[in-house]
Amino acid sequence: MIAENLPALLVVMPLLGAPLCILLARGRWAWLLATLISWAVLATSIALLWQVREGAELHYAFGDWEPPWGIDYVVDRLAAYVLLIVSLIGAVVVPYAGRSVSTELPSRLQALFYALLLLCLAGLLGIVITGDAFNLFVLLEISSLATYSLIALGRDRRALTAAYQYLIMGTIGATFYLIGIGLLYMLTGTLNMADLSERVPALTGSSTLHTAFAFITVGLALKLAMFPLHLWLPNAYAFAPSVVSAFLAATATKVALYAMIRFIYSVFGVEFTFTEMHIQALLLPLGIAGVLIGSVVAVFQHGVKRIHAYSSVAQIGYMLIGIGLMSVTGLTATLLHLFNHALMKAALFLAIGILSFRLGDTCLRSLSGIAREMPWTMAAFVVSGLSLIGVPGTVGFVSKWYLILGALEQGWWPLVALVILASLIAVLYMGRVIEVAYFGQRPDDAPPVREAPLALLVPTWIMVAANLYFGIETSVTVGLASEIATGLMGTAAGTP
Amino acid sequence: MNDDIVLTVIGKLLIPFILLFALYVQFHGDFGPGGGFQAGVLFAAGIILYALTNGTAAAMRLIPPGLLAPLAALGVLLYGGVGVATMLLGRHFLNYSVLAQDAVHGQHYGILLIELGVGITVAAVMLLIFFAFTSRED
Repeated sequence: MIAENLPALLVVMPLLGAPLCILLARGRWAWLLATLISWAVLATSIALLWQVREGAELHYAFGDWEPPWGIDYVVDRLAAYVLLIVSLIGAVVVPYAGRSVSTELPSRLQALFYALLLLCLAGLLGIVITGDAFNLFVLLEISSLATYSLIALGRDRRALTAAYQYLIMGTIGATFYLIGIGLLYMLTGTLNMADLSERVPALTGSSTLHTAFAFITVGLALKLAMFPLHLWLPNAYAFAPSVVSAFLAATATKVALYAMIRFIYSVFGVEFTFTEMHIQALLLPLGIAGVLIGSVVAVFQHGVKRIHAYSSVAQIGYMLIGIGLMSVTGLTATLLHLFNHALMKAALFLAIGILSFRLGDTCLRSLSGIAREMPWTMAAFVVSGLSLIGVPGTVGFVSKWYLILGALEQGWWPLVALVILASLIAVLYMGRVIEVAYFGQRPDDAPPVREAPLALLVPTWIMVAANLYFGIETSVTVGLASEIATGLMGTAAGTP
Repeated sequence: MNDDIVLTVIGKLLIPFILLFALYVQFHGDFGPGGGFQAGVLFAAGIILYALTNGTAAAMRLIPPGLLAPLAALGVLLYGGVGVATMLLGRHFLNYSVLAQDAVHGQHYGILLIELGVGITVAAVMLLIFFAFTSRED
């Protein structure tokens, strides 16, 4: 019974855990429940990935209403891969939240915080697993509304404006997506993704279809913070509670990118997207601009969280370039970076969360000389920073390697130079933090600081270890990513 | 609010019917137009009218705000609980057919229960929002 219902349980567990957290009302109990649920969710997504590893597809009809009428949950390898990313980050971040949240939030809000975090997790998992375009919108709203409130819980009062800014931008994004779905529904009379993909090819040339494609792409581009639609992101990450920054940076934009990949490759199809709509003409220049501008702006930020928020904009640029390469290798690089960037940003933001836990803020000024007091935290920061730069032996190297391979395949030498240049800029902005923390002097009037408690260090180092493990043992991620990419490019394998 | 006798008396006359109509919309939702969301909004509107005519403090004595968040959570749990129950009875999530001896009755009970969950949550959240705005201190 449990095995059969796994796809539903994956979303139902966190969704029902949220109201239970409110009923428990005590932060400590809510945290315990949320932790158990996040681990159960991780176990579920591993079980799902195991079932589809050979390329099978699991279907789950809600209420036994058969698709295309009812809501269909579909687990294929791509979905299972992204589910694993999201639930892995959830299973590490929620236990970490116990200590971090108890200092950053007043106790009356803590149970609500875990309820929101679980709702956000449920929404993100649902977006990945659903096979219904409208259901995707509903789950997008569940996760987004939870996210807005989570960001607003930040200690700094500027968190409120950041959350409001994101609320406006996110709602525009979701509305655009909904308009696109409305147009598709008008054209085809169906909302089921598999059903849509069968009906779309017959409509080629219809300007309504073009409009629908444009609305959906721009809507999702807003949610995934594609340059120049990224303006909500830096403030949202910078002012949110530390746990929320880590969770969002590692999952939210990735899931939106997953939705875009789903629409480009599964619903609209490679043929339509690249030869009729020429999306590569949009994704490549904007991806390149995002990489360059995001990296350069990151160098000039004063807060560690803002540096990494802008760095996220740059990293999303890499993923868009991978799609724009229109090849199996390019898509493999995107999928790899989806996984790898989640690992490095989670590790980085968890380390930053520890600094914020001990120091109260994460301005570069207050980090001066901190490495002597908190050697383990800063070591975690340095290792995951190396991964962000792309040093061999870390996950960052693997995805950049595939991106460069993809560019070389097409003979696009300038792109290779760009990736290397952007990595050098990453050395700069990581270097600024490391220089201050390791070679700066602790101000004389600064209160003494101790190393962080194990409850925070252990989850952080688990993420750091994952950065190293998947950087060396690449067969799992690379094997899976290249199989998914080959499957998605389908008959039009190679360049369409 | 100065005690306006006309408002108070008309409010007193109307509120029972608003609440009754909310219940009608709630439980008639499976035969005609209506359902949990509309019923929840109507019910909350009845209480809000009471708060407008008799003051927020009186409304808060009627329905303690501390009770509202757990109520909102309970509604969601009732909805989800029906789904979990159908899974425990061996069918997919929210397949109500297994809730009674035959499928028709099962579907009937299922939709009534989940709509009740929706109604409770919507009414509670509407009142939460209303109280949050009216009891702002700063």
